[in-house]
Amino acid sequence: MAEAATHQEFDPLATGGTRRRITSKGIVYGALGLFALIYLAPLMIILLNTLRPLDDIVRTGFIALPEAETMSLKYWAEAWGTFCIGGTCEGVSRFYKNSLMMTIPATVLSTMFGLLNGYILSKWRFRYDGVIFGLITLGVFMPQQMTLLPWAFVLGKLGLSNSIAGLVFVHTIQGISFTTLFCRNYFVSIPDDLIKAARIDGAGFWRIFRRIILPLSPPIVIVTVIWQFTGIWNEFLFGTVFTSGANQPITSAIVAFSGSGTGERHYNVEAAAVIMAAIPPLIIYVLGGKYFVRGLTQGAVK
Amino acid sequence: MQSPNNNSTGSRKWSDLTPQMVLAPTVIAALIWVIGFSLWTLWISVSNSTLLPDMTYHGFEHYAKLWGSKRWTVAYQNLFIFGSLYVIGTLVVGTVLAVLIDQRVRFEGIWRTIYLYPLAISFIVTGTVWRWIFHPNTGVELALHDMGWLAAKFDWITDRDLALYVVVITGIWHASGFAMALILAGLRSVDGDLVKAAQIDGASMPRIYRKVVLPTIWPIFVAVTVVLLQFAIKTYDLVVALTQGGPGVATTVPAIVVYDLMFQRGQIAQGAAAAVMILVALALVLIPYAVWTGWQKRKEGARHG
Amino acid sequence: MSSLTIKDLRKSYGPVEVLTDINLEAESGEFIALVGPSGCGKSTLLSIIAGLESVTSGEVRIEERVVNNDAPKDRDIAMVFQSYALYPTMTVRENMTFGMECRNVPKPEQKETVERVADLLQIGPLLDRKPSQLSGGQRQRVAMGRALVRDPKLFLFDEPLSNLDAKLRIEMRSEIKKLHQRVGKTTVYVTHDQVEAMTLASRIAVMFKGVLQQYDTPKEIYERPRNKFVAGFMGSPTMNFLDAKVVADGDGLGLTIDGGDGGVLPLPTEKAAGVKPGQAVIFGVRPEHFNPVHAHRGDPTARLKVLVDMVEPTGSETILMSSVAGQSVVASVEPDDAPREGEAVELAINMAKICLFDPATELRIS
Repeated sequence: MAEAATHQEFDPLATGGTRRRITSKGIVYGALGLFALIYLAPLMIILLNTLRPLDDIVRTGFIALPEAETMSLKYWAEAWGTFCIGGTCEGVSRFYKNSLMMTIPATVLSTMFGLLNGYILSKWRFRYDGVIFGLITLGVFMPQQMTLLPWAFVLGKLGLSNSIAGLVFVHTIQGISFTTLFCRNYFVSIPDDLIKAARIDGAGFWRIFRRIILPLSPPIVIVTVIWQFTGIWNEFLFGTVFTSGANQPITSAIVAFSGSGTGERHYNVEAAAVIMAAIPPLIIYVLGGKYFVRGLTQGAVK
Repeated sequence: MQSPNNNSTGSRKWSDLTPQMVLAPTVIAALIWVIGFSLWTLWISVSNSTLLPDMTYHGFEHYAKLWGSKRWTVAYQNLFIFGSLYVIGTLVVGTVLAVLIDQRVRFEGIWRTIYLYPLAISFIVTGTVWRWIFHPNTGVELALHDMGWLAAKFDWITDRDLALYVVVITGIWHASGFAMALILAGLRSVDGDLVKAAQIDGASMPRIYRKVVLPTIWPIFVAVTVVLLQFAIKTYDLVVALTQGGPGVATTVPAIVVYDLMFQRGQIAQGAAAAVMILVALALVLIPYAVWTGWQKRKEGARHG
Repeated sequence: MSSLTIKDLRKSYGPVEVLTDINLEAESGEFIALVGPSGCGKSTLLSIIAGLESVTSGEVRIEERVVNNDAPKDRDIAMVFQSYALYPTMTVRENMTFGMECRNVPKPEQKETVERVADLLQIGPLLDRKPSQLSGGQRQRVAMGRALVRDPKLFLFDEPLSNLDAKLRIEMRSEIKKLHQRVGKTTVYVTHDQVEAMTLASRIAVMFKGVLQQYDTPKEIYERPRNKFVAGFMGSPTMNFLDAKVVADGDGLGLTIDGGDGGVLPLPTEKAAGVKPGQAVIFGVRPEHFNPVHAHRGDPTARLKVLVDMVEPTGSETILMSSVAGQSVVASVEPDDAPREGEAVELAINMAKICLFDPATELRIS
């Protein structure tokens, strides 16, 4: 809120003559509108093509409006339930379920660990806690490629190869680095005096967590949930390397989709599948709003 | 618990160790997957491994072979071209958007939401969508033909010399909202009095931004650049969905080479060597940045302390 | 019976010693103020008493029991923080019952206690509000309420008034004093404000650089400071320190100001006890112990001629910033007596109240 009070209270364009003000405002809104078009157009184009028959798309390409008489929602149904991808003809519904089964547990688990770790690393200082925090945050920067072979081996040993459980495991462990970083940086701003007061009041580790820290946590929980959910849902490389066939998450299925057409490409069905893959993170993004941005700022310039 | 012990440091109770015990699983996991896995992959890269891991020491030949292969040098070269254009383009577009939104526009939330949404969707979706738009058979070129401009040509994505720029454009589209959000947050933190003072000095708005506001938030630009460089180095899914690294090897990037070597060609040692090179590239970006921020913090601390 | 005893206490963080050989004891019901500039170790000492920091060596006893290794909750203490540290997600009532809840006090008893304390502090109408809906003074009261419901052996206050504005601070100060008189609990009160310490405490512990400089009643501390630091820290405007020399003056001894006009200030016999002629001393005079000679208030035998550089009226008194032989002299005089800026004026010194310090050790000689 402090940000609004500094730069925002002052309207740079409100100075100068009225005419100048109007032209500058015109330029600003014109530019904003043009950019908005560029950002929205691709999604809109694909959305419209989910309604068009295939021969129409093949003839005129993606950049054309659907015709009222041939518009249909059946490609959505096909994409969801019956289209054949990599040998199974269940559409993307199966992969969708895989993605949910992977994303939700991994998000919940990594957020829980992140809250506890962040609480400990910010409020129960001990020797070498800085080193430990550094070690955990290093995970944020690890390139996935460095971990591919070891993970494949570990998942094999644990009997989690080619399973959703395996992906949950990998994403939870990797996610803890992010969630710990977020939560620790957030909890640092909670005054230490609160913890001291609670200790004098007779509260211990868990009671302080439950009664003092958790009630203050919703903002950071929202940030980490948004961040983890979109990150894990959108992940592709692990899904492709550690699972195959019917066990793949939606992102891998979308790529398999493009490669599976033996004959002609079913652009309309494919477009519907692509939109479906984009919907859950988009919903989270729109609902999360400012928290999404807060997560970005925290993650990037900690 | 009345402890008769008046020794100042001894006799800690078990419950005092709860925090450490709760933290322990994470520490063990982080040790294994951050340190352990890195060393593991490093070892594979100097081992005899081919299709399957073989942990006997082999030497640095895989690195030599990697750097000797055309595919890898092209990939690294692509990374440099893509990385620099992507970072510069994203910063420029992000700055323009941030400055526009900073003009006390109406519906600010909506504009922000529109510019930032690409970041929420996956590279796979982004890449697939833009592939259709850029491809001459389905996208802009065909639409121009339909409108009667039969000579129109827009086939960058299938052109060996131009395909990389398609990846750059798509990358900028994806990330510029991110740059916008961070730069806007920076602009909002600038002291309003600074702008007023510049205004009283008679500076014009563009001049105020160029000379006063943007220079004061340069640390944000450094931070955004570092994050974007990280994105660039790790780029994989976007290229897979957009061009699959083609045509030929025109848009191949290091991460694609790693995957191919490890899982398509059965040369996991060389793949591991390529992965190590990605880590090296990241380290080259991140370590100087970490040192720099540490140094800045110390300077700040000295000023306050 | 002493209710708090600190014996040979040391605290160090690695090689840095922040508290050195602290010895302190408080009688039951006493109000002790720990005072000193920031970084003197007073807050660390309070944290050690509370059990929030460990002890490096020495011991802390609460009612004869060594509590060095006891957790804060086992020490039977209550603490009021500078930031108040009210739990932001709990109502005032929940803030006050949290401690009892942790100790499994039965609900009806919790309710009764909260109501009694709320009555005492007149915060009854605030019980269902959140801390964010309270004003600074109300938060302060709630923080005290939270401490009072505990009925502890020891109350600890960590600069509780420093976040309030000047007027409220004075109000709350007398309220704390009244409260202490009413509940009569042993209290340790940390402050950097010497006025707070003087007005509230039965005994003051002045600390500097981790060392306890003096531990005594307010009157003793003010009139007989053990060293130059204590003398300078307590009192506002601060005590004047002039370089001077002891000289023979008739039967007794006197002082001459270094670089001055050679005028002799006769020393009363009790002040002349520890010094001999020719000895260099630091001559300490509190601003209020100067009076312009022309005002005829007090004994004019000891006179100092100064040049008035600046006059600062505060309303109740007027501060003269003046100098003698390059040494600055601050005097506080009756507004009606004040000379004009640039004037040379003779000041009479109340020599019965002065202090002499050894320039090398800075300890008070007499």
